Amino acid sequence: MSIRDLVLQEIRNVAVEQDKTLPPLADELPLLESGLDSLCFAILVSRLEDATGRDPFSSAKASEFPRTVGELIAFYEPIHA
Amino acid sequence: MPEATTLAGLIAHGGAGAREISTRDHRLSLGDFATRSSFGVSRRRFAGRSVILAVGDMAKAAAALIDLDGLARRVLLCPPGFDTDKIAIAAALVEADALAHDDEAAPPLSLDVMMPVRLPLAPREEDEAPRLATEWVLPTSGTSGPPKLAVHTLQTLVGAITPAPLQQWATFYDIRRYGGLQIFLRALSGQGSLRLASPEEPIESFLDRLGDFAITHISGTPTHWRKALLSGAAGRIRPQYARLSGEIADEGVLRGLAAAYPQARIEHAYASTEAGVVFTVGDGRAGFPADWLERPGAVEMKLVDGALRVRSPRRALRLLGADAPALVDAEGFVDTGDMIDLRDGRCHFMGRRNGVINVGGAKVHPEEVEAALNSLAMVRAARVFAKPSPITGALVAAEVVLNDPSSAGRGLEAEIIAAARRRLPAHMAPARIRFVADLPMTEAGKLKRHG
Repeated sequence: MSIRDLVLQEIRNVAVEQDKTLPPLADELPLLESGLDSLCFAILVSRLEDATGRDPFSSAKASEFPRTVGELIAFYEPIHA
Repeated sequence: MPEATTLAGLIAHGGAGAREISTRDHRLSLGDFATRSSFGVSRRRFAGRSVILAVGDMAKAAAALIDLDGLARRVLLCPPGFDTDKIAIAAALVEADALAHDDEAAPPLSLDVMMPVRLPLAPREEDEAPRLATEWVLPTSGTSGPPKLAVHTLQTLVGAITPAPLQQWATFYDIRRYGGLQIFLRALSGQGSLRLASPEEPIESFLDRLGDFAITHISGTPTHWRKALLSGAAGRIRPQYARLSGEIADEGVLRGLAAAYPQARIEHAYASTEAGVVFTVGDGRAGFPADWLERPGAVEMKLVDGALRVRSPRRALRLLGADAPALVDAEGFVDTGDMIDLRDGRCHFMGRRNGVINVGGAKVHPEEVEAALNSLAMVRAARVFAKPSPITGALVAAEVVLNDPSSAGRGLEAEIIAAARRRLPAHMAPARIRFVADLPMTEAGKLKRHG
């Protein structure tokens, strides 16, 4: 599974578990408008760490945190891909 | 409570008869204490001393306690796991001048009197020992930091014990901790015997051994009982009475015990080394009735900032140490640090005040999440802990022991998380679950916490 598919899949899983309704997941969609709250993001980041072995949030400054779905996907993609 | 000021007096009151205290390796006949001692003819050397009691086997500890109560000024009961560093600190706090130890090993102390505790008992001299109100010093069950020592006497310790018909006792506890000591004193106050575990003895071997005695009464922590129920050996005993204390008894473990022992009366007790035995609950439900709060009586309870405070004649007299914190508040109440949630006319224990997980500013008691998980049919035991999160600071994660380990998998993880979400607010439901074969237990028989 590609990083893109993995991230989108886990977003959908968390939304289902947490009873959130998602708008269509376009790359430009701001994360704040995705319908996911901070608890959902925390769970998502934890799942993605388990799946990829990486937690880019821990090493990044808050100003570098992704703001859109596309940036979130890029955040997990290997740096030189 | 029988009028007795010493353990020897308690035994004589109930009649020594054919009563005994036994572990796997030793059998003590209570009648022998009239003429014999675990220190033989040298018992008198402990008169008026402050004694550190540091032995491995519980039968030896029991024998030494019976020998020393009323004779020594003070006895420090070192539980298993109380290491030499802690013993050295405690020795100074209790102003120890005597040591009762194992033949094969003694803590590296240099005191006026140092003697091994030996079984079987050996003849002692006919001495009329002074009947001191010996202070019993108990380390509290906290595992970190310097030892905290609570001072009791036989009178404070037996306050919750009433004379009873023949009871044959066993306990999973160590008798050098408050919960086990209560059972030791119950057994001595009655007319029956007491069966104890040996060091490192697995719970199923102990249950197997108990099957050879007709025990009628037995106690342990919820963690002990979950292990017993999982061991496959729970059916070796048929108690009339099963008691839980030392941790929160949730509906899951209460139901498990009721199913395993349909003939038994099941009670959970609330007690602590500092506050003493506060109450027992026998209606089969977790928690206790809310109208017990602010109820007048010998033991009074109130809530302050959500935490239970207790005023009781069974509490410890004081904590030892120049910089020890005050045991009671201005009105004589002990702050237990146990957080209470009031719902549906019932007080539910949520966990320790200092054990909360902070999920994005919302406080979560691990014990409350564990109770919800333990109530699920597929779960035998759960341990909840904080998983660090860069988003919310922490998330709730859990380790779970299943009744059927072969069912473990991603599907069941999702099922348990979904079930937890139906019972708990979103931030309290575990984000991740790991399936494990067993959960670690502390020396005190409680679930061992992370960190």
